[in-house]
Formats: sequence, C-alpha cells, structure tokens
Amino acid sequence: MIVGTPRPRLEGRLKVTGAAPYAADVPVPGLAHGWMVTATVSRGRIRELDAAAALALPGVLAVLDHTNSRRLNPDAANYFGPDGSLPLLQDDVVPHAGRPVALVVAETPEQARAGAAALRIGYETEPHDLGFALDHPAARPASTLFGPEADTGDLAAELAASAVVVDEVYRTPEETHSAIEPHAATAWWADGHLHAVDTDQGPYGISRVMATLFEIDRDRVHIRAEHVGGGFGGKTICGAQLILAAMAAEHVGRPVRVALTRRQVFLATGSRPPTEQRVRIGADASGRLRAIHHHAAFALSPLAEYIEWCTEQARTLYAAPAIRTQLTAVPLDMLPPCTMRGPGATPGSFAFESAVDEVAERLGIDPLDLRLRNQPSVSPVSGRPFSTRRLVTCLTEGARRFGWGQRDPRPGVRREGDLLVGTGVACAAFIAGTFPSSASITAEADGTFTVRSGATDIGTGARTALTAVAADALGVTTEAIRLRIGDSDLGMAADAGGSRGTTSHVFAITETAKALREKLPGADLPVTATVDTTPLINWQPDQERNTYSAIFAEVTADPATGEVRVRRLLGMFAVGRVINPLLARGQLTGAMIGGLSMALHEEGVHDPVSGRLVTADLAGYHIAAHADVPAIEADFVADYEPQDTSGVNGLGEIGSCGTAAAIANAVWHATGTRQRTLPISLSRVLSP
Amino acid sequence: MREFAYQRATGVREALMADARYLAGGTNLVDLMKTGVETPDRLVDGRGLDLGGIRTAGDGGLVLGATATNSVVAADARVRRDYPAVSQALLAGASGQLRNMATVGGNLLQRTRCAYFADPSEPCNRREPGTGCPALHGVHHNHAILDWTEHCVATHPSDFAVPLTAFDAVVRYETLAGPGEIPLPEFYPPVGGRPDRETVLPPGALITEVVLPVAPVTRRSRYRKVRERASYAFATVSVAAALDVEDGVVRDVRVALGGVASRPWRARRAEAALLGGPATPERFRTAAAAELAAAEPLRDNAYKVTLARNLIVAVLTELEGQR
Ligand SMILES: Cc1cc2nc3c(=O)[nH]c(=O)nc-3n(C[C@H](O)[C@H](O)[C@H](O)COP(=O)(O)OP(=O)(O)OC[C@H]3O[C@@H](n4cnc5c(N)ncnc54)[C@H](O)[C@@H]3O)c2cc1C
Ligand code: SF4
Repeated sequence: MIVGTPRPRLEGRLKVTGAAPYAADVPVPGLAHGWMVTATVSRGRIRELDAAAALALPGVLAVLDHTNSRRLNPDAANYFGPDGSLPLLQDDVVPHAGRPVALVVAETPEQARAGAAALRIGYETEPHDLGFALDHPAARPASTLFGPEADTGDLAAELAASAVVVDEVYRTPEETHSAIEPHAATAWWADGHLHAVDTDQGPYGISRVMATLFEIDRDRVHIRAEHVGGGFGGKTICGAQLILAAMAAEHVGRPVRVALTRRQVFLATGSRPPTEQRVRIGADASGRLRAIHHHAAFALSPLAEYIEWCTEQARTLYAAPAIRTQLTAVPLDMLPPCTMRGPGATPGSFAFESAVDEVAERLGIDPLDLRLRNQPSVSPVSGRPFSTRRLVTCLTEGARRFGWGQRDPRPGVRREGDLLVGTGVACAAFIAGTFPSSASITAEADGTFTVRSGATDIGTGARTALTAVAADALGVTTEAIRLRIGDSDLGMAADAGGSRGTTSHVFAITETAKALREKLPGADLPVTATVDTTPLINWQPDQERNTYSAIFAEVTADPATGEVRVRRLLGMFAVGRVINPLLARGQLTGAMIGGLSMALHEEGVHDPVSGRLVTADLAGYHIAAHADVPAIEADFVADYEPQDTSGVNGLGEIGSCGTAAAIANAVWHATGTRQRTLPISLSRVLSP
Repeated sequence: MREFAYQRATGVREALMADARYLAGGTNLVDLMKTGVETPDRLVDGRGLDLGGIRTAGDGGLVLGATATNSVVAADARVRRDYPAVSQALLAGASGQLRNMATVGGNLLQRTRCAYFADPSEPCNRREPGTGCPALHGVHHNHAILDWTEHCVATHPSDFAVPLTAFDAVVRYETLAGPGEIPLPEFYPPVGGRPDRETVLPPGALITEVVLPVAPVTRRSRYRKVRERASYAFATVSVAAALDVEDGVVRDVRVALGGVASRPWRARRAEAALLGGPATPERFRTAAAAELAAAEPLRDNAYKVTLARNLIVAVLTELEGQR
C-alpha cells in the first residue's frame, strides 16, 4: 500500500530548481506580448480611447479595445451562472475599477507596457457605491444554489426562553488570494482551434467557458495548466489573461502572452468579498444552546451571481431546537468576487465561533466544554445522520495535546513581562463530496500504465497523491505509473476547487483501474479503459458528509503597542483517510497560516473618495511573514469516509476555517476585549 | 520601464560629472523605475566608488561610508557597542537580502511608502507637484500625526534615519562646487508647501559619508519599532532613544520618532522635559505627553498618538532598567 505513506512530491525537484515551466515560461515561436490596461475609475464610461501615440511606438502591433475587438458571447457563464465580467472589451461601460479596457500587443513585454503608458483614455465618471453594509438598501437574499436556508423550530420563542442571548455583529474585510504565481496565459490559434497554456485550477472547465465565449466547439479548445503556482480559488474562474490572450492572438494572427503584474492581479482578479454577519445565539443556564440565528451579508457585483456561504457552521456544528440561517447579497460597483480558500466557511466560522465563545463567556462555562455539550447526533437542520463525525475526538485530543486542562478561564490576567497571554479554541466543519470526472488508463506493452486525467496540481501535491492512488488501484509501484494531468484534452474533470479535486479524481482513477483490470486478462496490449463517474455519483445521499477540525491558539498581546503575535497553533483534523500525510499536513498548515494571516493582517482597502483599491501590492496588502508564523502542528484523528469508495475526503480548505476565530478568542482571553472585526490590527487592540 | 543610460563611476569626480541619478543598492530606485514613479534618463552606479568603509573619526566618532551596506553597518562591532540603536534600526528594516544591497546613502534618500505616491495613475503632490494629496481625506491610517500640511501627509520610511537624527549624525557630501555637510536633524526640511523637496542637499550632491559623533549617551541606546507584522513591514511608529542617568538624574537624553512625520522626528520637547530631572516613569510619561501635545492626527490615525506616547515611555523605562 502506497496510500497512507508520507512521500515527497514528485515534481519537487523540478520546482526548487526552477525547471518546472509555469504558464509564462513556456517558449512559443513567434510570440507577441499583451499588456493589459485597466480602468482607473470606479464606475462610468470610456469617453475616448486614443491609441495613435501607442501605435506609433516601436514594436507595438495592435491595441485592442471595445471599438475593434471581436464579439464574444454575452451569455457565457461561470459556476454560478451567467457572468457579465467574461465578455471583455465589448462596450464602453466601466462597471468597476480594474476592469480591463484595452490590451496593447507588441513584440516585447516592455514595448507593450510602453504602449500602454502612451494610451490616452478619458472617462465619464458616474457616482459609484462601495458602501458595503448588511442593511444596505440594495441588499437582497443570496442565491440558494447551495440549498435552502435553514429554518427549524421557533426562533423567537427559544430566544425568549434563553438565559443568555449573544447578539453581535462581526465583520471581515475584502481579502485577496495572493498566489505566488501571477495570472498568465499564452494563446494561439491553428486551423480554427484555440490552444493555450494558462494558469488555472481546472483546464477542462475553463475550456468549456472559452468555447462558449468564443462560440466554437469545446473540442476545438485545448487548455494546458501543467504547473500552477498556487490558486486558493483565485484561478477557478476563466481569467482575463486567457480571454485577452485568445482575442489578441486571433487579432494579430500570432501567439500572444498576457502575464499580469502583481498589481494587476490585485486590481483585475476577484477577491473574497467583505462580510458583515449578525449572529444571535441563545442558551440556557446549563449551557445548552436553544436558538441559533446566523444572518450573513456579503458583497458582490451585479455582473455575476456569487455565493459566500457564511452560514454553513450554524447548520452543522451544534444541536439547538431553533436554527435559522439567512444569507444576504449586496450588489456594489466592485470587481466580481471569487471563491477564496474555504469560501463562506472561513469568514463564517470567524463570526459564528466567536459568538459561541461569547456564549461561554457570558455563562462562565469553559468554551471547550460548551462546544462538547452541544454536539448533535444527527444533522440539526436536515435530520440526516452524519456518515462520519469525529469532531469530538478532534476537540478532546487537541485539548490534551495543547494542555487546555490547565487553562485559567479568566481573561486578561496572565502576564509575561509586558505581554498578556491567552489561549482560544474554535472548531469548523466543511462540506465534502465528489464531482463528476473521467479518467482513462492504458496498460502498456512494457508493463507500465499511462493514466490520463483532466485534473490539475495547483501546488497541493495532487500529482503525487493521484500517482499513489493509481499504483495501489493497479497493484503496481509508482514507477510503473505515468500520470498525465493538467490538460483539457485529457478528459472531463472537476477543477481543483471546493476541496473536491482530489476526491473526484481519485474516484475516477480507481473506477477506471477497476474497469481496466476486468479487461486485462488475455487482452492484447496496449489496452485502455475509460470511465466517466457522472452516472456513479449519488446526488441524494441519505447521510451528511463533512470534514471537521478543532483549532487551538495561543497568543500574546502587548497592551502598550497593540501588537498581537500568535505563539502556538494546533489543528486536529478529521478528513477521512489520508492519502499522503506529508502533503496533507502541508496543505493544512498552509491553510492555518492563511487563517492566521486573515486574523491579524489581511485587508483590502479602497479609497473612500475614488473607490479604487489602495492596497494593490504586497507592501500595502500584508500577509503573514515568516516571523509571524509560530510553531504549528496539524495532525489527523483516525477517520474513514464511508460514502467514498476509497474512504477519502478533501482537505484543501478546512485548515483555513476556524483558525481566525481561535485566534480572536485567544486575544479576548489575553486582553479581556472581544475583537469582532478582522484583521486584529494593532490599532484595534491598543487601549487609548 | 523607460529606457535609460547607465554608467559606472570609479571616482567621486567622475560620478559628479556624469550629471545623472546615483544608483546605489537600487532597492528603492529600481523598484520605483519599474512602476514609473521615477523616470531618470541617466544612472551613474556609485558602488564602485571607494566609499564603502567604516572608520573611526579623529575625535573618536564613527564615519560610515555612503556605499557601506546596511548589513555591514549593522554588524560592525563599533556600531553595536557605541551606537546600538543604529544597528537595531537597520536590523529592524526590510529583509536580509535587501540589507545586503541597501546602502547608507540610499537608505537616507529612500522615498515615502504612501500608496498613492507609489501609483502613478493617482494624483500626488510629492510625485507631481500641484496635483493634490488624495491621502489627506483618503486612506491614511499609517500617515503623519505631526508637522503635516494639506499638501502632503506622508511619513518618512527610514528606520536608520531615526537614531541618526537622535544622535545628531552629520551627512557629508560632494558637489562640483565643493564639499558640504548637514546635520541629520536639518537634513529633511519641514514638508510645508513643497513635499517634492525632500532634503536640503544641493542638486547633484553625492553623499560620501555619514558621521556619528561621540557622545557617551549613545552607548545606552535602543531602537524599537512597532509594525503591523513581525517583520518585513515599515514602522507604524518607532522610537530611538538614549539615556544617561547619574544619581537618579538625567544627564543626557536623546529621543527621536519614526513613522509620525514627513521626516524623522527629533523629540526635543520630550528631551527638554527630562534633562536634569529624575528618571522616573512619571517623568517619562510627562515628557512623552509634552512631545505629543502638538500632534494633529488625521481622521483615521489618532491611535498613533497613543502608540507614540506609550512607546516613548516603554523604551525610556527599558533603558532606565538596564543600568
Ligand atoms: C520590500 C522592502 C522592504 C523594506 N523595508 C524597510 C524597512 O522596514 N525599513 C527601512 O528603513 N527601509 C526599508 N526598505 C527600504 C530600504 O531600506 C531602501 O530601499 C534602501 O535603504 C535604499 O538603499 P539603496 O542603496 O538600495 O538605494 P537606491 O535605491 O540605490 O537609491 C535610493 C535613492 O538614493 C539616491 N542615492 C543613493 N546613494 C546616493 C548617494 N551616495 N548620494 C546621493 N544620492 C544617493 C538614489 O539616487 C535614489 O534616489 C525596504 C525596501 C524594500 C524593497
Ligand atoms: S501624502 Fe504625500 S505622498 Fe501621499 S499622496 Fe499625499 S502628497 Fe502624495
């Protein structure tokens, strides 16, 4: 058995030696370079766009804008439905700052950039609205694509009967993925076929979007994404880099590369939207929860539907006779948001698990104890059983390792020199499942196997995990496996998103291996089996399927300066069977660092007058530096997912949920003050 | 990035004659050229000049060559012994890689980190005089609380310049018309109506060295920097302080603040309030309050007043405790 053993990633050496080619590295003969130009006003129209000076510069081949660009299909859609941000350069409307308004194509990137600087663009500005709030006049119920809101029991009566009611509002700001590889694509056309090397999280899905957008058969779109330098959700959508590169390649009749700068990634690719969340929780004096009401609002763009599903925890974590969730969308003049690691669950768990901690505080009950006392035996909203739920083990084993038992419950009393010290806990659940995918495996004459899947490895170690799974499924060593992924021509596959990439691709590969092994006896080699898992997926399971975590944090706070530092983080995870503990731990600690960064640092800030993003680089948009990252431990409790033929669940996102709440709860324990707005920057902690 | 001419200079005169912008470590200038904030036509690379040394001055002070790297200065045994705050300030800045490139001269002339300044598609009086200051009513959480004008509310980003200002270090320079020198407390003029005039260096001047004068007080000095993350961030507020106490009485004291004004802020009022008095926490608090009485926070940065006050008290208390 290879699955279950820690193994380093297969392409690790290529990556650390710089030999792994990313989208902007792939050499293409006859390449031209496109420089994207983005709108500098937050709403309005392009009054004039004068390209004459740019076109006169050396090396400039073309300037694409709304007056001369090919038409794109206005009905193109993303995961959530029609997406008006996909058809670029179609009209003079500027729906938000950062909207691409032109592409300058030249022989070199420098010449294209010089051309971009020489464009004269005049705007007619219109008043914009970026004033996000839960009670914004334009607020509307969010899409229920993920299912109906929870509404069980008599909320008003249970609240009235509660001994304590916490009713607080929590806020999280706009946050940006900041993957290390900026978005880039190289595209060319040949015989009516579009070819592209792109940085994205799912080339097959992207090929579908591009086919609709350019109104050609999907078979004529060939997208490769062999190595991707991180995505965190920011590369799940069909990106401007690819759309513009394809338009320009057609326009100039040559391959065109569009590589965004870091600033352009900030300005023109979607972020996690800001949220404002009101949480009401009622409990009786013994600490039994009676009522849960989680009302969360998030911002979006009128151009595209989107869901930041903040209310997931309220319907899964605790039993209560009355549970209501309410999700509100607030359309603003912003770039359409984009799912970011643990969408919804990450900001949602900050609000919800902070509020649960406040209930414990009001009741004088240990916050760990309160959580343990309210565990449901079946889903508190649907009434369905959980297929596996090892949350209690996560909490108790985590508490043992962390030394929670010795904790002094009083806030604001532990001093070490000038510093206050505190600890906190939070837990999280994250929905798991499988999406349709296909795979094909060829048994070669030399005894090796070629495995083809449209999966992508965005830096998670998916390539290594899938190779191990294939080897086990075929009963051979990994040396006998040749895995080909990262190409839309390799078959339909789920993207590396929703914590479902690996689960979906593992399912397709194991089913294909099964089919191949049935074909093999007596067959002439090579022989190939192909399986599409679409008909095999049970969309109406009678059990709920989630992963779980308990996060423990220790922080210090300096009351004189407001500086908060995390000293210790421990995460215990129940994520089904673990394919590769080394890589899985890397995913979880990475996600916990993301959660830490969210708790203390990350905040996209717009100018209150112009509406433009001010924190549009990594100097202004802080993410945790190495020195901010303490000793982190992530470990697994024994678990097996019975709804999956291999017993696995996805684990890419659960680590970022819960971490911010654990840290915020620890800050309260250190200082005695609740932090209900992220990030917990020093001005929020500093006592006046 | 625009095209530009590049040359290396091996002698000071050659560098002066080049009539070009000086390039040292390039860690600030090249970044700003990439984003189009700086658009020099010619660069003269001064790293080949014989200005990289650190030597003891005739009177016992220390002379830092203009092209000595931040790493070399921070690690120098004399700097660490006689001017610990200088070493601490350098080590609190940037990253190891950057400090290996960044130089004494370049550090003093690095430009503000105001986000509007860094984005040529925004107006900015400091970058383009007369275009306005969007930070005044915009995002200014980390901008000035002292001595700003409606023309510019940016802060000076250098850590290194803060202890230099506290210790009355002197900048020496050369021009084609001859050499000159300027004490650090006068090196950066008040912002007034000309935020684009960042120093009083004559045009074309080449910084050759920075002199740290002898003063017993600097031996017991400390630099403390408060920032939004544990490293790799500019100061929210920083303090360089030195304290000399005898028989419970303050004989000499130096205090300067970073992150609060368009220049490193010498806290002369605080120093005056402490000199000759008892070295007690109450006096430290009174002195800090005296200095910050003049503070005029912007809409969103009043916390810096509290922070600066607390930090002055904390650093002086720490120095007093070290005796
Ligand atoms: C990511 C990052 C983080 C940073 N963090 C910090 C920090 O926390 N604290 C901090 O203090 N600094 C920080 N810095 C700034 C850094 O300290 C400066 O960039 C550096 O000190 C500049 O020195 P240099 O030699 O590279 O100057 P250059 O970039 O070469 O030059 C800067 C300016 O000085 C001029 N110049 C250089 N030498 C001379 C001379 N001898 N005479 C006249 N003019 C001269 C140049 O013409 C130019 O205008 C950071 C920089 C970066 C990129
Ligand atoms: S504060 Fe100064 S540097 Fe910043 S925008 Fe205003 S004028 Fe420019």
